[in-house]
Amino acid sequence: MDPRQFERIDATTWRFPAQGRMRVPAVIHATEPLLREMDDKVLEQLCNVATLPGIVEAAYAMPDAHWGYGFPIGGVAAFDPDEGGVVSAGGVGFDISCGVRTHLTGLDRKTVERIRDRLADELFRTVPAGLGRRGRIRLTDRQMDAMLAGGAAWAVSQGWGEPEDLERIEEHGCMKGAEPDAVSRRAGERQREEMGTLGSGNHYLEVQVVDRVCDPETAGAFGLREGEVVVTVHCGSRGLGHQIGTDYLREMALAAARHGIELPDRELACAPIRSELGRRYLGAMRAGINCALANRQIVAHLAREVFRRFFPGIRLPLLYDVSHNTCKEEVHEVQGRRRRLFVHRKGATRAFPPGHPDIPEPLRPWGQPVLIGGSMGTGSWVLAGTKPDGERAFASAVHGAGRAISRAEAVKTFRGERIVQELRERGITVRSVSMRGVAEEAPQAYKDVDAVVEAAERAGLARRVAHLRPMIVIKG
Amino acid sequence: MGAQGGRRPREGCELFEHGADVGVRGWGPDRARAFARAALALTAVVTDPARVRPLAPVVIHCEAPDDELLLVDWLNALIWHMATLNMLFSRFDVRIEDHRLSATVWGERVDPERHRPAVEPKAATMTELAVRREADGRWVAQCVVDV
Repeated sequence: MDPRQFERIDATTWRFPAQGRMRVPAVIHATEPLLREMDDKVLEQLCNVATLPGIVEAAYAMPDAHWGYGFPIGGVAAFDPDEGGVVSAGGVGFDISCGVRTHLTGLDRKTVERIRDRLADELFRTVPAGLGRRGRIRLTDRQMDAMLAGGAAWAVSQGWGEPEDLERIEEHGCMKGAEPDAVSRRAGERQREEMGTLGSGNHYLEVQVVDRVCDPETAGAFGLREGEVVVTVHCGSRGLGHQIGTDYLREMALAAARHGIELPDRELACAPIRSELGRRYLGAMRAGINCALANRQIVAHLAREVFRRFFPGIRLPLLYDVSHNTCKEEVHEVQGRRRRLFVHRKGATRAFPPGHPDIPEPLRPWGQPVLIGGSMGTGSWVLAGTKPDGERAFASAVHGAGRAISRAEAVKTFRGERIVQELRERGITVRSVSMRGVAEEAPQAYKDVDAVVEAAERAGLARRVAHLRPMIVIKG
Repeated sequence: MGAQGGRRPREGCELFEHGADVGVRGWGPDRARAFARAALALTAVVTDPARVRPLAPVVIHCEAPDDELLLVDWLNALIWHMATLNMLFSRFDVRIEDHRLSATVWGERVDPERHRPAVEPKAATMTELAVRREADGRWVAQCVVDV
């Protein structure tokens, strides 16, 4: 992308003024090298988002933004219901509430190193990953409704987890306002055998070691100590969320004209927040969030049970669970006025600053943990929400490395078996059902996650706390 | 799959690149054949279609206001059946009248050991969505699939 088309506000803020049908400017937070690498489609999609009714302040893109569906991945947009604001199924995406959670083990690297391969085998055997591998959980209609209304709290009530896990999950593990009745039967049927499964693509379960601490005080408060091992899960709402996205995207695209909305791209399908369709989607989408929270809770608890076979009595407390594909109703200050907004984060992580009341109390002085997945070779990051000189992009930050090359190109370039061998030589054990899947997810297929999080820190979106290096990678 | 370079055969399919995901494209002498080939490309996103035996039939019906949404509905119906029946498909008998599609598709249950599925399609999207008749008379049907 050519930086000359932007007004440069500071080292990491690039503003494209509103023009044509845009109601607000487009703003990209990135370093100049990351901006130059960015696909031109990101700006095109951001400008389309800026035309939607009721959008507030600007359409934002994060440093890891790339070409998505309607919205760019790494996009943030907030809408005011009092100004005709919309909710967009395209702005949330198909994998509703896809996110990351990290558990602390308190074990040192050497202890886990001794059982690395056996632990990998047990995790791979216990946590269903990839297409065609089903979980052991089958939900009746009643259980499905209870799960959609209760989220991770439901999962814990069924024995998958500890009550104290819930305090470390966004919304305390249960998204309010979920309406199971707004979820189609088709979506429910798709989920019936998928609870507690990881899925495929860029989803993973990793055993990681904290190999670098950047902010010792915050890391200490988060329970992250250099040389200790953590367990991280990246997955979402599985088939149910995908089907909710499919159902409502179609319905919203067809209803847009009736709502007086001219869509520059059908994939931006949306409806006024204060319309029957908008309200119904919000109810279904929140049920989708609960499905993702329950799913991650179950997957993480299955991993916890595996650890307990090796280390009887181990607790694996949860550091935090945070989503990066959502629309949330939040209060933000815009030009000195506090406003209740519907904030869409598509491939962007909420990053509340220190002191925010929605952060669990023990973590509140330090800012909300922001969990960033990298590639299986380069590692992941824990960041914390920050507010050095005012809130940026409605308290949002990056969500991952972003792809550098397409899946097709990765398969042509890399061989899965070779990647597994190379990672093994670097002390990383990979277990996956598909070597083609491993090739598609090769570390070299991703951008440099370190550059992305450094840009996030320089842009004042979040600050670096600790870097995590994988020891075991379980992929679909 | 389709031809790599040179003149394209009358009928075929291919995958095309899209950022983090992948596009499916089918073409043929009429809409129905183009849709059938796009469906074969959808299977190729997951595994080599030659590995999928056309053993069990499934009947699918869709209806949409236009050709493009009909393609999205068709591919999403296949994704739904793949997920709920835990199947992969390799043979597609498609009939289209106006914007109504009826199909019988044949496939088999996923065998992770034999099929080695690479990724799981989440949804057919409206990105790069097109159903059109080319100057040479062939129909092309394509869109990006979220994986």
